[in-house]
Amino acid sequence: MCKEFLGSSVGRKAVVGVTGFILFGFVVVHTLGNLQIFLGRDPLNAYAYKLQSLPWLLWPARVFLLAVLLVHLWISLWLAVENRRARPTPYVFKDTVQATLASRTMVMTGLIILLFIVYHLLHFTFGATNPEFFHLTDAKGRHDVYAMVVLSYRNYWISGTYLLAMFFLCLHLSHGVSSIPQSLGWNDERWDPLFKWAGRAAALVIFMGNSSMPLAAVVGILK
Amino acid sequence: MNFRLKIWRQRSAEDRGRMAEYPVKDVSPDMSFLEMLDVLNEDLTQKGEEPLAFEHDCREGICGACSLMINGIAHGPERAATACQLHMRHFKDGDTLTVEPWRAKAFPVLRDLVVDRSALDRIVQAGGFISVNTGSAPEANGLLISKETSEKAMEAAACIGCGACVASCKNASAMLFTAAKVSHLALLPQGQPERAARVKKMIARMDEEGFGNCTNQYECEAVCPKEISVSFIARMNREYLKAQST
Ligand code: FES
Repeated sequence: MCKEFLGSSVGRKAVVGVTGFILFGFVVVHTLGNLQIFLGRDPLNAYAYKLQSLPWLLWPARVFLLAVLLVHLWISLWLAVENRRARPTPYVFKDTVQATLASRTMVMTGLIILLFIVYHLLHFTFGATNPEFFHLTDAKGRHDVYAMVVLSYRNYWISGTYLLAMFFLCLHLSHGVSSIPQSLGWNDERWDPLFKWAGRAAALVIFMGNSSMPLAAVVGILK
Repeated sequence: MNFRLKIWRQRSAEDRGRMAEYPVKDVSPDMSFLEMLDVLNEDLTQKGEEPLAFEHDCREGICGACSLMINGIAHGPERAATACQLHMRHFKDGDTLTVEPWRAKAFPVLRDLVVDRSALDRIVQAGGFISVNTGSAPEANGLLISKETSEKAMEAAACIGCGACVASCKNASAMLFTAAKVSHLALLPQGQPERAARVKKMIARMDEEGFGNCTNQYECEAVCPKEISVSFIARMNREYLKAQST
């Protein structure tokens, strides 16, 4: 059954939808967690400390999310390769009636986000790109996440990279989130406009939430 | 009205094909797009050139034979109309019109603008039917179907199988076509016995034919001459996922 399901277009689309939904869920939780930076140094560092002190929760979650990400990537690329092959001769005159820019650039925005994830992990999780901000500790002797983030974002190159990545993430989510109910077969004519706008609104909220942090650091709201 | 046509010419399935340019003069704005091509063909025949091959039959928007990509849009710029129902008044005098055949791996070009769309027939043969003994027509009120359901089924059944959905899809996917065929039978009581098997077989066939996969861009819905909604694709997905989980 699994082979038939994964061999079929509709089955694979459903897998992309479910994995996309999980990844979107992670992005929401991750954003909310990070926004605690606006509460100040202590709450953010305490939150990070709390997460680090729960390895039995942290590591399974990381492995699970990585697996979900890889499945999402693998199945989407498989579908995309088939889609290219389905039209070997392109049209001479190309036109688009209603397909959005976001929907036409999903592969590209997805791959950019992948690159960003690698950088983001090197930057904040492994401390490889800016070790000078990574080994700071706060008054209570905890890893000073607050200082690491704020000092990093003061660098225009770093905050610029994050803002750009969030733009691509927003574009990807605006089509991706609205597509989930369609691919999983929950959509119908009545709900379609709601799902479409809810997906776009969610993408925009994520964008605003995440870009508020580098922007706040750049203009000096976060010190 | 006068136009400059850029048209795909291809002698046979083996020929590589190329774009050719032709002027057409004195076209009446009330002519249909196909009648304009008739004018061109008469001109070509008189000059001793090979006339252009394009498909047509009813010329009133019900058979789905006409299949032209006009300036990058399947069936041309008019919404909810086939190319045979598209009138030249929708264009400006002096326009350049690019006319191409449907492009998809599953739709090989046979000649000029004519493609082989039998892949769609094979999808229907895989399951787009109900198995009942034929005989005298059953009593009309024997099976009660609500107005809402019958109308929904009719909306899906309006599909004329022209293939514009495939042609316009960025991925050359046949999901709107297949969804329409799956849905109109899944909605009606006559379609129930084979409901789960049907959707599985039709989707398997659709995939085998080399169509692409829907990425929810909805170009198909925009060009469908019968305005079939993409909500039928969601319905087909639902039918398929249900059929797989039982
Ligand atoms: S010729 Fe029949 S629909 Fe156009």
